[in-house]
Amino acid sequence: MSDNQATPNSPPNSGPVVKRLLLVVVGMFGFGFALVPLYEVFCEITGFNGRTSNEAAAVNTRAVDTSRSINVQFITRVNQSMPWDFQPEVKSVRVHPGETKVVNFLVENRTGNNMVAQAIPSVAPGEAGLYLNKTECFCFEQQPLAAGDTTAMPMQFYLDPEIPAHIHTLTLQYTLYDITANATPDVLATMLAN
Amino acid sequence: MSTAAGTMDHHDHDHHHHAPSGITRWLFTTNHKDIGSMYLWFSFIMFLLGGSMALVIRAELFQPGLQLVDPHFFNQMTTVHGLIMVFGAVMPAFTGLANWMVPMMIGAPDMALPRMNNWSFWILPFAFAILLASLFMEGGGPAFGWTFYAPLSTTYSSDSTALFVFSVHIMGISSIMGAINVIVTIMNMRAPGMTYMKMPLFVWTWFITAFLLIAVMPVLAAAVTMVLTDKYFGTSFFDAAGGGDPVMFQHIFWFFGHPEVYIMILPSFGIVSAIIPAFSRKPLFGYASMVYATAAIAGLSFLVWAHHMFTTGMPVAAALFFMYCTMLISVPTGVKVFNWVATMWRGAITFETPMLFALAFVILFTIGGFSGLMLAITPVDFQYHDTYFVVAHFHYVLVTGAIFSIMAAAYYWLPKWTGHMYNETLAKWHFWVSLISVNVLFFPMHFVGLAGMPRRIPDYALQFADINQIVSIGAFVFGLSQLIFLVVVVKCIRGGEKAPAKPWEGATGLEWTVPSPAPYHTFDTPPEVK
Repeated sequence: MSDNQATPNSPPNSGPVVKRLLLVVVGMFGFGFALVPLYEVFCEITGFNGRTSNEAAAVNTRAVDTSRSINVQFITRVNQSMPWDFQPEVKSVRVHPGETKVVNFLVENRTGNNMVAQAIPSVAPGEAGLYLNKTECFCFEQQPLAAGDTTAMPMQFYLDPEIPAHIHTLTLQYTLYDITANATPDVLATMLAN
Repeated sequence: MSTAAGTMDHHDHDHHHHAPSGITRWLFTTNHKDIGSMYLWFSFIMFLLGGSMALVIRAELFQPGLQLVDPHFFNQMTTVHGLIMVFGAVMPAFTGLANWMVPMMIGAPDMALPRMNNWSFWILPFAFAILLASLFMEGGGPAFGWTFYAPLSTTYSSDSTALFVFSVHIMGISSIMGAINVIVTIMNMRAPGMTYMKMPLFVWTWFITAFLLIAVMPVLAAAVTMVLTDKYFGTSFFDAAGGGDPVMFQHIFWFFGHPEVYIMILPSFGIVSAIIPAFSRKPLFGYASMVYATAAIAGLSFLVWAHHMFTTGMPVAAALFFMYCTMLISVPTGVKVFNWVATMWRGAITFETPMLFALAFVILFTIGGFSGLMLAITPVDFQYHDTYFVVAHFHYVLVTGAIFSIMAAAYYWLPKWTGHMYNETLAKWHFWVSLISVNVLFFPMHFVGLAGMPRRIPDYALQFADINQIVSIGAFVFGLSQLIFLVVVVKCIRGGEKAPAKPWEGATGLEWTVPSPAPYHTFDTPPEVK
């Protein structure tokens, strides 16, 4: 045994094993972050967690199924740090699958500040989220509103005619968040210019 | 060659030099026995510290109303108690046992990476110093529970959260380095003839645990990093307003968290599988099935994480999947319990303290397993979720499971470590007082939980008062009885009856072929394993 050997007890072949194990460690650290997009994709595909698409759906081209109708309910809430008033124009609508409807949501900025809001949708039951197609929605964009103003925000949707027969009621909930601090810079500026 | 700096470079492989003395011996040591001892002492200090925090909790809960501490401090106590016990007491104790025993059990002269071994221990005290220091900062330390759910840990946490995050990072790095060391040691340093299927079960269970560690500790690191950036750098991983999702935090956390609970129990299985055959004077029943059962539990642990989240509003199909996978785990676990019982069947059993702790482990861990099975059933979990029933469940598997097995291991191998027999009378006192008080402490929690008492609250409804008083009395007796253990260990180090190389008649394994106390260097020439 010579004194200049750095780690005399480790056999010469521990390098490759250590390298492979370190790769696993780095890989799993990356996997922890990869879970974020994986989760998004998984929820979008399966409709788990009441997700709906963040992008506008194509306009319906299929026939309206007039043989049945589904009760679509609307619930609105504001995040606890959000001082706006937020209400749907109607509490619920009955629609035939394939039929396009527009529902307005009324907001009032009750503060003395210009603010920007973001609405986050959630659908119950979760599987119905896959069949809810929004061709136009205020939730796709950040919503600026000047101090004390009110406005009506439209949402246009139709239900996919493929929607399972056992779904008779669908609840769409919007939660409104105050994102003034993190809003895209030009959103407020554009609003004020108009 | 008398200076510490001069000898530290090669003391670990040369018998003729004296090991450095004083503090430098411990600071610079690369010897697996020294590092193992430091890990064990560190974990025992953390055990007492985390235990005192539990006593603050139990003192406050002795009667309804707010008496001793304010709710925010109470929350810090539940949080830091959990963090210290998981990352500071149980995990380092197992790493300490692995350091001491794995090389001796496989006939290796030391761990494969002795310098990394030194690092992986010495960063731990810094991690816990950071965590504990955060308690004294303005706004207090972490108060969001050891599970640090977002948004509690992001939007609503105190400014010291960054310290929590960094201390968890350091704990993670330490565990990962320890795990890599164990894997490399087992793969590369087994004595000639020590095939995988001849390895003692403690080695096997640690081998599998180490793989779990390198698979999930990085995921924990990712989770705390996301909490850090959400809180301080404006990202929105867990913030719905920015497109994130707080439920996703729970998925990521429990993807780490469930394998983590097996990290804290698999080495226990190895310990008990060494002790029960020794005191039954029979070989272990079903060695191969034990190995496969351990691997099966480790594999399944990656498929059950969402059973911690049944009440988050999961689709029925997912809830069923996680429920069935969870129940499936009871099959390999049942195999293990069956094998331990079958090992004792018609054995010539004696009841020395290690055996008593091992027997208590088998019975009480099984109780914890059964309450786990109850929690696995999705529809009833809605009643049990976040109640004291859950607290009772995981303390049965962690205290009477993991901690009891560590106590068993300590008594079993103390003669090998110190060269002296411990005081059997005092040790039996420790066992019986612990056994009775731990059940007074945790068993009534089942009932108070079923009756609806939520966990992590400093005050409770009047009807829970009687049971909480009993629980608190149990807690103080159990906590104080651990001081008996301290006395036994200190007395055993200082002196006592001289221990032979193999103090237990029925014990098997290479560690008993070296003298007691185990010399500073063992198996410089590898033994032949037939």
